[in-house]
Amino acid sequence: MARKTTQTRKALTTVAAWSIGFLIFFPILWTVLMSFHSEGDAIKGPFAMLASPWTFESYGEVQHRSNYALHFWNSVVISFGSTLAALVIAIPAAWAMAFVPGRRTKDLLMWMLSTKMMPSVGVLIPMYLMFRDFGLLDTRSGLVAVLTLINLPIVVWMLYTYFKEIPGEILEAARMDGASLRSEILHVLTPMAVPGIASTVLLNVILAWNEAFWTLQLTTSDAAPLTQFIASYSSPEGLFYAKLSAASTMAIAPILILGWFSQKQLVRGLTFGAVK
Amino acid sequence: MTITVRALLGACAVTALGCAVSAETITVATVNNGDMIRMQGLMEDFNAKHPDITVEWVTLEENVLRQKVTTDIATKGGQFDVLTIGTYEVPIWGKQGWLLSLNDLPAEWDAADLLPAIAGGLTVDGNLYAAPFYGESSMVMYRTDLMEKAGLTMPEAPTWADIKAAAAAMTDKDNEIYGICLRGKAGWGENMAFLTAMSNSFGAKWFDEAWTPQFDQQPWKDTLAFYLDLMTNYGPPGASNNGFNENLALFQSGKCGMWIDATVAASFVTGKDSTVAEHVGFALAPDNGLGKRGNWLWAWSLAIPAGTQKEAAAKTFVAWATSKEYLALVAAKEGWANVPPGTRASLYANPEYQTVPFAKMTLDSINSADPTHPTVDPVPYVGVQFVAIPEFQGLGTAVGQQLSAALAGTMTADEALAAAQALTVTEMTKAGYIK
Repeated sequence: MARKTTQTRKALTTVAAWSIGFLIFFPILWTVLMSFHSEGDAIKGPFAMLASPWTFESYGEVQHRSNYALHFWNSVVISFGSTLAALVIAIPAAWAMAFVPGRRTKDLLMWMLSTKMMPSVGVLIPMYLMFRDFGLLDTRSGLVAVLTLINLPIVVWMLYTYFKEIPGEILEAARMDGASLRSEILHVLTPMAVPGIASTVLLNVILAWNEAFWTLQLTTSDAAPLTQFIASYSSPEGLFYAKLSAASTMAIAPILILGWFSQKQLVRGLTFGAVK
Repeated sequence: MTITVRALLGACAVTALGCAVSAETITVATVNNGDMIRMQGLMEDFNAKHPDITVEWVTLEENVLRQKVTTDIATKGGQFDVLTIGTYEVPIWGKQGWLLSLNDLPAEWDAADLLPAIAGGLTVDGNLYAAPFYGESSMVMYRTDLMEKAGLTMPEAPTWADIKAAAAAMTDKDNEIYGICLRGKAGWGENMAFLTAMSNSFGAKWFDEAWTPQFDQQPWKDTLAFYLDLMTNYGPPGASNNGFNENLALFQSGKCGMWIDATVAASFVTGKDSTVAEHVGFALAPDNGLGKRGNWLWAWSLAIPAGTQKEAAAKTFVAWATSKEYLALVAAKEGWANVPPGTRASLYANPEYQTVPFAKMTLDSINSADPTHPTVDPVPYVGVQFVAIPEFQGLGTAVGQQLSAALAGTMTADEALAAAQALTVTEMTKAGYIK
C-alpha cells in the first residue's frame, strides 16, 4: 500500500515537473514554431498556424536584411570578454572575502549586491556622457567594461559562496609548503573551485548575452550585439511576428546550445555552493 | 631620388585625401516600417549618385529608437546623422534647438510641393525641422461585399451614426465576422491615437485653455460610451489587446466589416496577403456634425540632429530620400501603390498615381486634419491624436491603460474617466502646467 502511494506520488511529481518545465519552455517553442511560418499565418490562431505550410522565408529575409555574423561576433566578444574580465577581478576579491574576512566583509558584500537593485536607466545619462567623452560609444571595449561592472557583484557573490565551501586548512598547508599567494590562488584554490567557477562563467555569459538595456543604448552599428539584431524586427505598422521570431531563434540558439551541453556542469556548480 | 621620394609622398597624400573623401559615412536611425525597409533596398540609386557618401542603417523598434535617439540628441552623443522621427517629436525637439533647419535644402527639392498639413506639423517658427518621408491620416476601410449584402451604401463622409448602423448590419458573430475593428491596446500611439482623434469629432479635448484636464466633461463621456458600445456589441473578442497589427490581421483574414485606422494600411488590405483585397472600399473618418472628423495626422520624417559633424552629407541624403525623384524611383521599381504616400502634392496630381484606389481618400483625409486646431473648441496645444508636450508619452499611455481597462470590462467607463482625470491632474500639476 505504502509502495503504491509512493509510486503514485512519484508519478504525480514527474507529471507536475514535466508540466512546469513545458510551461516554462513553451514561449521558446512557440517562437521557434512561428519562425517557420509566413507573416500572415504567424498571426493566426495556434491551430490555424500549425496547420498552415512551413517555410524558411523569414530566415531568408532576416539573413538578407541583417549582418547576423557581425552581431553574433559582437555578442561573443562582449559576453565572454566581460566574463573573463569579471573573473580576473572577482577571484582575488572572493578569495580575500572567503579566507581573510574583515569586520566589514558582510557589509561590503551586501553593498555590492545592493548596486544591482538600482534601476539602470537612473544612470543612463551620466554613463552616456562618459562614454561620449572617452570615445567609447558603439565600441565593444566600452560594452565589455560596462557589463563587467554590472555583473561583478553576482560573480563575486557566487565565487565567495563556492570558496567558503573549501577548507581553509588546505590553503594553509599550501602556504606552509612555501606556496606564494599567486600560486595558492592559481594552483590550489582555482583547480578545487573549477565546478563553481565554471557555473559562474556560464551564468555570467548567459546574463551578458541577454543584457538588453546597455547593449541597446550604447551601440549603433559596429558593436551592436544580437539584442539590437532582435530589436530591429519589431514594427508598429506591418506584420512582423515571423521575422521577429526567426531573429529571436537565431539569437538565442547559440546560448541554448551552450546551456544544453554544459547543463551538467551548471547544475553541479549551482548545487555546490551556497546557492544550493 | 628626391623626385622619387616627392612623387611617393605626393601619391600618398592623394591616396589619403581620396580615402578621406570616400570615408564620409552617415548613420541613419530608422524604424522597421515597410517604406523604410524598401528604401534600404533602393540605395543603389543613392550610391550611384553620391559615391562619396556611405549610409549605415540602424533599424530599431519604434519605442527603443525614440528612447535611444532622445538620449543621444540630448547629450549630443553624435551617434546618428539622420533620424527618423514622428510628428510628435519634431515641434518639441525643434523648439529645443536639437534639430537643424532644413530651409536650405536645394531649390529642386521643392519645399512648396509638400502637403501643407504635413509640412505645418514639421515647422516651428518658420523653420522646417524634418523632411516628411511618408505621411498618413486615418480613414474607414470597409468590406464592400458585406455592405452590399446588408443592403447598405457607405457615404464618402460618414457620420458615427452611419458607422454604427453599418457595424450592426455586418456583424455575424456565428461566422466570426465582426462589424467593426478598432484599436484597444493601451498606449499613447495605440488606443489613445484612435480615441483622441475620435474624441475631437465629439467635441472633447485633453485640456482647456488653462491646461485643465477635461476627462470629467460630457464630450469625453459621450466618446467613451459610443466607443464601448460599438466594440462590445460589434467588435471582436479580446479587443483590448488589439493594436494596428492585430486588426490588420483580422481585416486581411475577412473577420472585420470595417476598420478605422492609418491610411497606410490601405496598401496592406488591398495587397497580396489580404484575402479580401477585391472587396475593400474607403471613406473619410466619421464625424458628428460638429465640424471635426475623427482622423489623425502623422508623418515619419527625416531630421538631422544639431550635433552632427556631417551636415552636408546628411542633407544630401535627406534631400534624396524625400525627393520627387525618389517617389518616381519607387514607382518604377515597385509600382505606384508602394510609393511612400502623403507628402507631396505633385504625387496626387500624377494621373498614374490617381489610379491607385486609396490615393484620393488618403489625400482628402490628410487635408481634413488640422493639427493647429484639432478639436471643436480652442485648445492650447498642437496635435490631432497627441498633445505636443514632452509629458504626453507617459500621460497618454497611463490614460490609455484606464480606457483599455474599460474596454476589457475591468472598470466602468465612469471609473476609467475618473482615474484618467485624476492622474492627468496630478501629472500636469507636477509638471507646472497647473498652478
